[in-house]
Amino acid sequence: MSEVIGIGASPKRKEDARFVRGRGTYVADIKRPDMLVGAFLRSPHAHAYLKSVDVSDALAAPGVVAVYTGEDLKKDNVGGLPVGWGISGKDGNPMKEPPHPPIAVGKVRYVGDAVAFVVAETTDQAEAAAELIRVDYDVLPAVVGVVDALRAGAPAVYDDIEDNLCCDWDLGDAAAVEAAFREAAHVASVELVNNRLIGNPLEPRAAIGEYNFATGQYTLWTTSQFPHVVRLLMGEFVLHIPQHKLRVVAPDVGGGFGVKQFHYAEEAIVTWAAGKLGRPVKWVARRSEGFISDAHGRDHVTEAELAVDENGKFLAMRVKTLANMGAYLSTFGPNIPTNLYAPLLSGVYRIPAIYCEVKCVFTNTVPVDAYRGAGRPEATFVVERLVDLAAREMGIDKIDIRRRNMIPKEAYPYQTPVIVEYDSGDPMGCLDRAEELADVAGFEARRAEAAARGKFRGLGVSTYVEACGLAPSRLAIGLGARSGLYESATVRVHPSGAVTVLIGTHNHGQGHETTFAQIVSQQLGVPFQDIDIVFGDTDRVQHGLGTYGSRSLVVGGAALSRAGDKVILKGRKIAAHQLEASVDDIIFENGEFSVAGTDRKKTFKEIAGSAYVPGNYPLETLEPGLEEQAYYDPINFTYPGGAHFAEIEIDPDTGIVTLERYTAVDDVGTIINPMIVEGQLHGGIVQGIGQALFEHGVYDQSSGQLLSGSFMDYCMPRADNMPQIVLEPHSTPCAHTPMGVKGCGECGTIGSPAAVMSAVVDALKPLGVSHVDMPATPNHIWNIIRNSRAQIAAE
Amino acid sequence: MELKDTLTIAAPVEAVFAALTDPETVRACIPGCESLVPVTATELQARVALKLGPVKARFSGLVELDVSAAPQRIRLSGRGDGGIAGFAQGGADVELLADGQTTILTYVAKAEIGGKIAQMGARLIDGTARKLASEFFTDFKTIVEDASR
Repeated sequence: MSEVIGIGASPKRKEDARFVRGRGTYVADIKRPDMLVGAFLRSPHAHAYLKSVDVSDALAAPGVVAVYTGEDLKKDNVGGLPVGWGISGKDGNPMKEPPHPPIAVGKVRYVGDAVAFVVAETTDQAEAAAELIRVDYDVLPAVVGVVDALRAGAPAVYDDIEDNLCCDWDLGDAAAVEAAFREAAHVASVELVNNRLIGNPLEPRAAIGEYNFATGQYTLWTTSQFPHVVRLLMGEFVLHIPQHKLRVVAPDVGGGFGVKQFHYAEEAIVTWAAGKLGRPVKWVARRSEGFISDAHGRDHVTEAELAVDENGKFLAMRVKTLANMGAYLSTFGPNIPTNLYAPLLSGVYRIPAIYCEVKCVFTNTVPVDAYRGAGRPEATFVVERLVDLAAREMGIDKIDIRRRNMIPKEAYPYQTPVIVEYDSGDPMGCLDRAEELADVAGFEARRAEAAARGKFRGLGVSTYVEACGLAPSRLAIGLGARSGLYESATVRVHPSGAVTVLIGTHNHGQGHETTFAQIVSQQLGVPFQDIDIVFGDTDRVQHGLGTYGSRSLVVGGAALSRAGDKVILKGRKIAAHQLEASVDDIIFENGEFSVAGTDRKKTFKEIAGSAYVPGNYPLETLEPGLEEQAYYDPINFTYPGGAHFAEIEIDPDTGIVTLERYTAVDDVGTIINPMIVEGQLHGGIVQGIGQALFEHGVYDQSSGQLLSGSFMDYCMPRADNMPQIVLEPHSTPCAHTPMGVKGCGECGTIGSPAAVMSAVVDALKPLGVSHVDMPATPNHIWNIIRNSRAQIAAE
Repeated sequence: MELKDTLTIAAPVEAVFAALTDPETVRACIPGCESLVPVTATELQARVALKLGPVKARFSGLVELDVSAAPQRIRLSGRGDGGIAGFAQGGADVELLADGQTTILTYVAKAEIGGKIAQMGARLIDGTARKLASEFFTDFKTIVEDASR
């Protein structure tokens, strides 16, 4: 396949050649010479003072090399885990940012909080020795829910933060909203819970630390979505290792979903321990350990209202959200329910005034941070529930009310009242096409047919927009980001004309090795198979901010295409010299540099060769070699969006919800590889359906024990839960990204929960049900049906 | 979680009370109990091997006996540490009512678990605790009745 494969093609994924043969290299596969392994002792209590941690028996156990406690790290000046994004409250004061020691000091604050780290020759020895550590806990009452945590007299997660309030944040014009509500013909309101989710990537987290006494260099292999950021956060704030003495490698990573875009304690602990012991130290999480140590997602309690005029036009929205931070602030924790949430509350609608208040709350639970979609599924769920309710209460069709309020295509760019300006989009076009594909016209017949079989059938819709391609650095830093959010790429053209790309994003399932190669193949006319994409190693890749927030193609791909532009420019200069023409007359097309209007030309390969064997080369004015680098900082977010229809059936006897049809028309801008985009959308939609129907991180309210701590109790969506998903793109190119791309990684999880729950509520409409919280499990739905019927019977 | 049950034992209250406060009898009745050694008059050191769903663990801890309302009422409470598996704690209020030469025994027991056993087996704790309590009192009844025969 020695050919150019460019934008719009769907070649088989390059990376799958190793994955399907079982030849990927994950952190757990890596064995370093003389390597030790570690195991954590984690708190079984949600909240307790650590009166003493006696490690003497563990230290004497067979094979044990060292046992470390929080006090040991503290004595060695190991810092706390830093927060990458700070926010400020209504009063202008910064959020409360309590220390986050890698191993607990003085107090444990959630079930799973690390208490000690045992390093031994084998995993069995480390785990057996961890059992011998005697911890004297002074158990305290725990608080796990946000509402409970804010009640007067609630247990204080931090002794010096008595109200458990991290930050009382707001966005929008409260006065304008109040005024609009006074004029409203109708106000729709809802109280809802956005359920806590546990990411559960297929590959559990793992880390290996190593120290080289000869060079003073530390190396960390870690399951990370952003190795350069780990190098920055861990090197600068936790271990005080200079950047040039710290290498972070994130090799093949088996799924991230946000769970792996934080700097975790274990990364710092293995690196520090390797330096102390002079031997590599490895830790691999067990699945059950992941449940209680991977950051969780979502967990909001919200009250929201929508003011509507007599014609069904939206006037204003008011939202109050309590967001669970967990016991410590994770890397991006406070940013997710604030800056990635409230700015999306306008949805695809014209809503003149919006005001949103968010209280970020500490609880005795695992820290909460970004999970695929991160803030935007929560916002979409609030908006779409309100729109459905307004339609129903005012007797307007729910698709019609959306059309009445949608931003028309010609109104873009559209400035919302909540910071963001949408550059492009066509929500109406997406909705029209999705309505057709979903055969909405035939729904009532299908509902009647289902009713004849004794089933409740419902149709749900969600029209959504998201902000991704994180992010314009200046805007983000203005909102509290403590890092830039640009991306970088190097295009290294070898003397043979083959290309190695070094890029700062990280591929952990998204198909970057394929998509990015297509971009280069098209741009430089280099055969697809002659292009390799290198990522995930801070010693190989110049710099980068990693993969999250659907940014890799949008920001990383833009840097890549800019670097390619520079290669072409240099190639034109070389060609101009060799073809004895002016640079301005050299055009580059289909992998050939030619003099405009003539047949004189040089191939890309010839030019690459001559850049390294510069016999006929303008050495006086041009350096030899052909390698270019570009950094790209976007000027705006990108705004993918779309319309999703879900059709479900409920068996009233069992409460089981089955998904019968799912249709999505999404606007992700220019599509590089349709197959990969389809895969990303499928995966996202399924993950969103997981939130809507199955997944729920549940804590015991009084003891703070995680009850859904294994796959026996935490239900993941499976293939047999899914109908055939009908997808069609409806693209409007992004106005400001180099290729018009918008990103597609999170669309599915953002659009689908609202669509599925809209369908569930629609199915239960005959019983007078107006809202159902997620997940719509059989038990939950069966109880709603039983209670509603009892209520109807009583009336 | 709370467990309640009543059983009739064909032995006088005094005999039932004596058996209930005899470490050897209690050890024989606690499922998985490896040792139960008196530390003081009202405290016993216990080692119990337990299996809850997929988690097997050996718990060691103190069992306390409150016999201030004896022989009508005995309160037992305990807390065991299972290392990496987590902890289990609980207690039982046992009431003994004389009915001629037989005794009506009523118990109300509570159990709580934490750490890995809660994470893996919270769903199974009710059934397991019920089974363990039932095994304990069934064995207890047999031993006491055999002894008073």
